[in-house]
Amino acid sequence: MTVIITVAAAMLAVAAALTLWRIVAGPTPLDRIIAADVLVGVVIASVGITAALSGTATGLPILLGLSLIGFTGAVGVARLIASPTAVRRVFDRRQALREEDSDDT
Amino acid sequence: MTREAVMDVLGALFLALGAFFCLAAAVGVVRFPDVMTRMHAATKPSVFGLILVLLGVTLTLRDPKVFTLLTLAVLMQIMTAPVSGHLVSRTAHRGGLWDADHAIIDELADDNAGSAAEQASGSAGQAPGQDPVAGAEGQDAQADRDGGRR
Repeated sequence: MTVIITVAAAMLAVAAALTLWRIVAGPTPLDRIIAADVLVGVVIASVGITAALSGTATGLPILLGLSLIGFTGAVGVARLIASPTAVRRVFDRRQALREEDSDDT
Repeated sequence: MTREAVMDVLGALFLALGAFFCLAAAVGVVRFPDVMTRMHAATKPSVFGLILVLLGVTLTLRDPKVFTLLTLAVLMQIMTAPVSGHLVSRTAHRGGLWDADHAIIDELADDNAGSAAEQASGSAGQAPGQDPVAGAEGQDAQADRDGGRR
């Protein structure tokens, strides 16, 4: 049983690393905050796995609290992106820079 | 094998399956082409993975209070994941941060175009309160054209 739970923990670690990559590389802030939402879900799952490994239910209210407020990041970022033209301008500028770089090489 | 050992192994298997679904969600967020599809990948498999982790922890700990608490947590997650997904996708659609060629059907754009045409053509004499939904959409579309000042 411990082997299976260790495999599960390793899978969650890989999932966390992948979401970190998307947080770094996402072209828009929405990509980043979606990946952060997935990261919160991974943390919730790992709190559950820790509880299963240790045999005590002490850490489980953390899970409840995280699932209650874990979505507020995405809501906040989605509401703060209030000026679509500004975000579009930044996106187009970065896209132009990316194309410039790929033309130079 | 005793009953406890069987339930331990079953619980560990559910935990591993739940972790696999969270990994699937992360892989989807990395590999999908744009914001809308990444939003699909971020919300659906991770909620299902959390349900499986709930079952695994309940089978491992075998305490009814744990089951109640984890059921509450999963219910909260199920209620809040659509909210964040809806807001993110609405912002992506309005901000034009999404390439409309990636979609086969775009009902929100059709609705916006229909209501904008309605606003422009027929509602010069109408009171603003007559059609609040279309009026609000038209105002927001106008504000988007004006550059975001609402």
